[in-house]
Amino acid sequence: MSAVTVSVLDWGLGLAQGMLVLAMALATWRMLRGPRAQDRILGLDTLYLNGMLAIVVHGMRTGSGLYFEAALILGMIGFTATVALAKFLMQGEVVQ
Amino acid sequence: MSRALSRLVPYPRLSAGLTLMWLLLNAPLTPGSALMALALGLLVPGVMRALRPKGVRVRRPGTILRLLALVLYDMLRSNIDVAKIILGLRRGERRTGFVSVPLDLREPIGLSVLSIILTGTPGTLWVQYDSHTGRLLMHILDHSEGDDWVRRVKDRYERPLMEIFS
Amino acid sequence: MTGENLPAWAAWIVVALAVAGAGFSLTGALGLIRLKTFYERVHAPTLGATLGTALILAGSMLLLSLIEGRFVLRDALIGVFISVTTPVTMLLLARAAAHRDRTEKNPGAPPEP
Repeated sequence: MSAVTVSVLDWGLGLAQGMLVLAMALATWRMLRGPRAQDRILGLDTLYLNGMLAIVVHGMRTGSGLYFEAALILGMIGFTATVALAKFLMQGEVVQ
Repeated sequence: MSRALSRLVPYPRLSAGLTLMWLLLNAPLTPGSALMALALGLLVPGVMRALRPKGVRVRRPGTILRLLALVLYDMLRSNIDVAKIILGLRRGERRTGFVSVPLDLREPIGLSVLSIILTGTPGTLWVQYDSHTGRLLMHILDHSEGDDWVRRVKDRYERPLMEIFS
Repeated sequence: MTGENLPAWAAWIVVALAVAGAGFSLTGALGLIRLKTFYERVHAPTLGATLGTALILAGSMLLLSLIEGRFVLRDALIGVFISVTTPVTMLLLARAAAHRDRTEKNPGAPPEP
């Protein structure tokens, strides 16, 4: 019984992780493709978000709470980066 | 007595929130972490006093709970709606566009909560708010069903928020 | 490896929550590709930021609580953080895009509020 439970967890969470990595790939595509700067920033933000969720799922797979801090910090960096870039779009490029 | 208490704890909700956050971060409750949480909850709001001289008054806990349930339900439903649109499961023509909503709500924290609600439900996007005219520009992903979005925003979210932050 | 002393029903619930959350997040990322204009695309990642995050965090809290034998609720802090920050980023991004489109007088530019 317990062996089945372990493999259910391992395979199921692995599937969720794979889906999140695919989501990261799609976000990266949008980031590289553009066409405009706001699309790239949106792609970067989505990339950060899905990366954070992938870390949470990885923490579930290993069963340790150690990944919590990593996920929280990645979320904070993503937030700061997106805000800074959006601010830059408002003031740095179009309007002097 | 109560004046001394309000000098010690100028923002009780902020203090409670910080204490709770620290306890959650250091989960197994020990005397040390409880003491640290209490110190954090008592000291940090004193710093906040320099930033925000005016507190906000919140009324009607019943309305807050009802609004919370409504928002959670709308969030769930709009998530499913938008997922259907993206996956191409929604049949028929889809019209997308901007909607301008005249708001009566002026309280800044109420407006922040409204922006969280509108952005947290996919399918509606807060684009711009003009504080002089009080008009809000939203982008709607799918308004082909003839939903009156102005009425929807005002009745569902703005009125309870005005009751809470009045 | 985790889950040796976990009941089977709990493992299935945790996996269902995680896969459903990842599914919503993936759908959101797919929306970045499939939707045509920028203002439509901004709606898409919100799927991952709301229901996707909520489901995955619920699964994580359930799993860690069962493993450690006490309530582990600190993942809810990620949820609080995400639900406060996502509106800020989306709002700033939409406003920046609107500002640029109006300045450049693009055909898809939003009207004044």
